[in-house]
Amino acid sequence: MPFDQLLQYALSGLSTGAIYALIGIGFSIIYNSTGIINFAQGEFVMLGGMLTLFYINLLKLPLWAAIPASVLTATAAGLLFERLAIRPLRKPTPINMVIITIGGSIFIRGLSMLLWGKDTHSLPPFSGEEPIAIAGATILPQHLWILGITLVIIAANKYFFYHTISGIAMRACSYNGRAAGLVGIDVRRMVLFSFMISSAMGAMAGIIVAPLTMTSYDVGVMLGLKGFCAAIIGGMSSGAATVVGGLVLGILESLGAGLISSGYKDAISFIILLLILFIRPQGLFGKAESERV
Amino acid sequence: MKKISAVFIVVCLGLMFASVSFAAGTIKIGALFAVTGPASFLGEPEKKTLEMLIKEANDKGGINGMKLEAVIYDTTGDATKAVQLATKLIKDDKVSVIIGPSTTGESMAVIPVAEKEKIPLISCAAGIKITDPVKHWVFKTPANDHVAAEKILNYMTKQKQKTIALLTVTDGFGSSGREQIKVLARQKGFSVVADEVYGPKDTDMTAQLTKIRGIKPDAIICWGTNPGPAVITKNVKQLGIKIPLYMSHGVASKKYIELAGADAAEGVMLPAGKLAVYDALPKSDPQAKLLKDYDQAYKKTFGVEASTFGGYAYDAFLLVTGAIKKAGTSPEQIRTGIEQSHKLVSVSGLFTMSPKDHNGLDLSAFEMVKIVKGDWSILK
Repeated sequence: MPFDQLLQYALSGLSTGAIYALIGIGFSIIYNSTGIINFAQGEFVMLGGMLTLFYINLLKLPLWAAIPASVLTATAAGLLFERLAIRPLRKPTPINMVIITIGGSIFIRGLSMLLWGKDTHSLPPFSGEEPIAIAGATILPQHLWILGITLVIIAANKYFFYHTISGIAMRACSYNGRAAGLVGIDVRRMVLFSFMISSAMGAMAGIIVAPLTMTSYDVGVMLGLKGFCAAIIGGMSSGAATVVGGLVLGILESLGAGLISSGYKDAISFIILLLILFIRPQGLFGKAESERV
Repeated sequence: MKKISAVFIVVCLGLMFASVSFAAGTIKIGALFAVTGPASFLGEPEKKTLEMLIKEANDKGGINGMKLEAVIYDTTGDATKAVQLATKLIKDDKVSVIIGPSTTGESMAVIPVAEKEKIPLISCAAGIKITDPVKHWVFKTPANDHVAAEKILNYMTKQKQKTIALLTVTDGFGSSGREQIKVLARQKGFSVVADEVYGPKDTDMTAQLTKIRGIKPDAIICWGTNPGPAVITKNVKQLGIKIPLYMSHGVASKKYIELAGADAAEGVMLPAGKLAVYDALPKSDPQAKLLKDYDQAYKKTFGVEASTFGGYAYDAFLLVTGAIKKAGTSPEQIRTGIEQSHKLVSVSGLFTMSPKDHNGLDLSAFEMVKIVKGDWSILK
């Protein structure tokens, strides 16, 4: 196996993996503050791409203005989603909430289909399309954007959760919501924050990948599922473990497609998911934890 | 009692109107299209095309002085629903001929109904199983996939390309194309040196392409519908692969060039239905005028470009009206008329049906085109 081929597999894997990681962190932020898996996460990824397109095509905004506008709109959508679908729930058992998020995802997808049609669209790349050669392998400038923005978001995330009062309060809710409430933290508000943060992150992920992968009303399903795998591998942590989970997933997929068979590409990621769930349900890096009561 | 008499009157009125319309000479054409649901990209343009054509024909005074009436039902792409609606068309609406369904699965399910009730069915789905083996009452308008594949391989023979890398999507379209290319390649003396696949929603195919680059085939054939082929085209550019890239007829629309970007799509070759490239056709081409008229009328009525898929309904409409003009209006006469179609100029090609061939299209249904500066240019 020539070195440049291996390097290409690794680079391709890293860039897809970074996307999975970004979506995966969105999953784990909500999981940590509410204990539910938000299956509508993939739809916010879709919203990011589609909204950017909408702002560029219909409102004629330049790309640099369309991006923050669509992140803001998606965040507002996340806020509405929490307010209208999650909060009114009388008995918020995890299974009810999970089913509601699935319903929400179908609703958002359907609405986008009606609004923007079923076509696939492409976004312009942020800076040029000339491939960059690295020792015989090539990547696009957009890949650098993806890696860079992922790093920035993860760093900002880390800072927020460990060094700001809101972030620390949100972590407190995830450890023990009732106790957090007793010391004066508005738990419901923290849940709202977590939905807003993760929908903003999902939208950002959707925007930076759209120039490469294109976007349509139904891209959220598969991306959401892969992001979910990344979060599971990372043990639902909202930090480095999920990032590593995403990168591992991306690289294994690309090596699997290159070295074994492309027919098994998706099978590989789901086999990993199942293995993790069977053998290390706490994630690849997590310590086994006793049941929180 | 009142209720019953009211019902009676309504029924009588209904019968009166029914007989009135028969007296004026109306031909009922049934249609089953997947107007909504996952296959709506097929059904929607088919429905619009048929409605447009029927209106046009009636405005011109109908066919042989008789008005046409379309009864169009939405199958939502569901085979069970398609069968129920087909029965409804035959038993309740008493149509003389059925156009559709849009997908191969639905068509296969409806075929037994049409055969049993002896109503001609003109499917708008591409699956080869629909007319192979030939069924007495069943026709189809889209060309078989293997015709497109053969077109590519014939062109490759001319270019003296011998080894093929396949990259196909793992859905029905891709796997049927993959099988047929492999069979044809064996017959024509090509060797398939790589056989890679990708999922319909995959977003990065550099891994498969890197592997193919290592094998160094003479050509890559990719078989899929958007957006996969557009991603592949971008990936090929990114990896700097210089191997000739062939696509299937599934991406023969401007949308593909737009998605992949004119820069990355430069030099990609594919067999295209003539509708996609009509303005590049020579004036002498028998289809040129019809295609231009269709596209312009469609644009005027619906504001969007006509698609190959709507063309399938166009073909079916011409086959039916051609048969009515020639043979008559009963289901049996329509069937015989369709079977006798000879060099009927339509959107998908020139139809020449026979008792042995209920598709009637040959290699001339496609043109090999190359993408040059974001537009089609016909390859000789």
